[in-house]
Amino acid sequence: MNVRLVDIAHARSGDKGDTANVGVIALRPEWYPVIARELTVERVTRHFAGMITGGVVRYELPNLGALNFLLHGALDGGGTLSLKTDAQGKVFSTAMLRMVLDLPASEVASLSLPASGS
Amino acid sequence: MKSVVRVASGQGFWGDWLAAPRRQVEGGPVDYLMLDYLAEVTMSILQKQKERDPTMGYARDFVGAIDSVLEAVTQRGVRVIANAGGVNPRACGDAILALADQRGVRGKLKLGVVTGDDLLPRLDQLIGEGHALANMDTGEPLSTVRDRVLSANAYIGSVPIVDALGFGANIVITGRSTDTALTMAPLRYEFGWKADDWDRLAAGIIAGHIIECGAQCSGGNCLHEWQTVPDLANVGYPIVEAKADGSFEIVKHPNTGGRISVPSVTEQLVYEMGDPHAYITPDVVADFTSIRLEASGQDRVRISGIRGAPATDKLKVSIAYRAGFKAVGTLVYSWPDAMAKATLADQVLRDRFKLLGMSFDTILTEYVGVNATHGPLSGDGRDANEVQLRIGVRSGDKTMVERFTRELAPLVLNGPPSVTGFAGGRPKVEEIVAYWPALIDKTVVMPEVEILE
Repeated sequence: MNVRLVDIAHARSGDKGDTANVGVIALRPEWYPVIARELTVERVTRHFAGMITGGVVRYELPNLGALNFLLHGALDGGGTLSLKTDAQGKVFSTAMLRMVLDLPASEVASLSLPASGS
Repeated sequence: MKSVVRVASGQGFWGDWLAAPRRQVEGGPVDYLMLDYLAEVTMSILQKQKERDPTMGYARDFVGAIDSVLEAVTQRGVRVIANAGGVNPRACGDAILALADQRGVRGKLKLGVVTGDDLLPRLDQLIGEGHALANMDTGEPLSTVRDRVLSANAYIGSVPIVDALGFGANIVITGRSTDTALTMAPLRYEFGWKADDWDRLAAGIIAGHIIECGAQCSGGNCLHEWQTVPDLANVGYPIVEAKADGSFEIVKHPNTGGRISVPSVTEQLVYEMGDPHAYITPDVVADFTSIRLEASGQDRVRISGIRGAPATDKLKVSIAYRAGFKAVGTLVYSWPDAMAKATLADQVLRDRFKLLGMSFDTILTEYVGVNATHGPLSGDGRDANEVQLRIGVRSGDKTMVERFTRELAPLVLNGPPSVTGFAGGRPKVEEIVAYWPALIDKTVVMPEVEILE
C-alpha cells in the first residue's frame, strides 16, 4: 500500500556550503523503524536524481526518531555563489517528504500508518 | 552558585526581529541575553563595510538592541553576550560606549571585547609558515584565491567569553565566536565547568544549538503541526534553563505565542547537522545521538543524557573571497499555457545570448510556482495560473552580467505573450563574495579580552 512520507514524518533542512542537510523525523516513535528501513541511501539518491550532483550520506538518530541526510552538490555552489531560489537548502525538507513508500498492508494495519489510497 | 541559570535567545541572525531582545528581558526572569548575528557570509559583508569606513564592520542593529534592553542591563543585572563585533569588535564596543554616554549610563556598563579571531593581517605569514588553509570541501590550498581574499576569521570558543564574564563584563562583544559558545560560556562560567568536563560542555553546546536560531525552535518555521501553532505574531523566543549537572529545559515566557514541544525542538536539532556523532566545536565534540528529550510541561522540553568527547587540535576558519559576478531576473507569465510561454521566453533569451556572443559560467532557469524549489519532483505545471520565469547568470566578466540585465525587459514587447510582473526594473549585478572553509592549528590563534568602561 502507498504511504506518503509527508503523512508519517516531518523534516527540516539547511546548508553547509554546497551541501544540503535534511533531517527526517518520524511523527510517532513506532514509525521510526519504517523510515529507517525505507529511506536508504539508494532510495534517497534515486529520489533526488536531477536535483543534486554529488553523493548522499545517511546518519541515524534513533534517540530522536530521526535520520539525517547530507546531499552533496545540492545548491549550485551554495551560499552567495548559488543562483537558486533555495540557495540555502531551506525546502529540501519538503522535497524529501514528497516520497511515497510502498508498504505491506499488514504493516500499515499493525502500525496504524495512514495509507494514501492511491 | 545559582541552581538554575537562564539564557535567553534574542536574535537568531542579523536581520532577525528587532522586538525580540526587549521582549526577552521584560517577559520574565532571565540572567543572560544571547544575541547571534553572524552567518557564513556576514563576515565578508562587514569586511567590505570596514574597508569603506574603518569605524564600521560590526552589526549595527546591536546598538539598537542594547538601547532597547538598557534598563535590564543597568538596573537588573541582565548580562548580554553577542557576536555582534563582526570584523571590528572594538568599534562595536566604542559605539556601545557612545550610546551609554548619550543615555547617561556610562558608569554602569562594563564591556568585554573579545578579539584575536581576525587572521587577515597575518594571512601571508601563516601561509608562509606552512598553514595551507585548504578548502575543507575541495582540498584546494588558499594560495589559489589568496589575492581575492576579503576576510579570514577563526571560529573561537567559550574561553575568552568566560574570561570576560570573570572580569565582571555585563556586555560581552565577540567577533567570529561560534554561535553555540555564546550560550555555553555563561553556563560554564556560572557552574564552573572544567575544560575537560566534556559531557557538561557538550550539553551547553547543544543548548546553544537549540536556541541559536531564535524562534526556529519555539514554533517559527516549524513544519510539525504548523496549522495549530498558536499566535505566531506574538511568538516567544526560547530560553535555556540550565542546571549544574548539564541538564536543561527549553522554555519561553508566559503569555507568548509559538510552541515548544519535542517535535519543535527536534526540528531545530537536525537543522544544519552534519555527522550527529561528532558535532565539532573549539571546546568539545558533542554527540547528538546521546540527547534525550521529554516534554516536561506546557511549552517546556527537558534535555538530558548528553555526552561529549575531547576537542580537536584545530579551529575552523571562515574565509571570504571575491568570486565574480551574478544577476537574477524575473518575469511573470499568465494563463492560458503559462508554463509554455515561460519556457519559450527562456529559450528566446538563451538564443539571444548566442546571437549577441554572450557567454556565462552558469545560466540557471527556474519556474517559480512550478519547479523552482523541488526541481524534477514537481510535476509539469501545465495548469498553473501563473508562472514566474526566474533566470540567473554567473560570470567572472562583469560586463557580460551587466549586458544580461538588459536582455530581460525587452521580452515584455518582443517575446511570448501574457507577460507582466516586471515592475522591479532591471536585475541588479552583484559581486559574489564566496565562502572558503578551512582548518588551522589551535595554537596559532590567541583570543584576547579587552575591558572597556
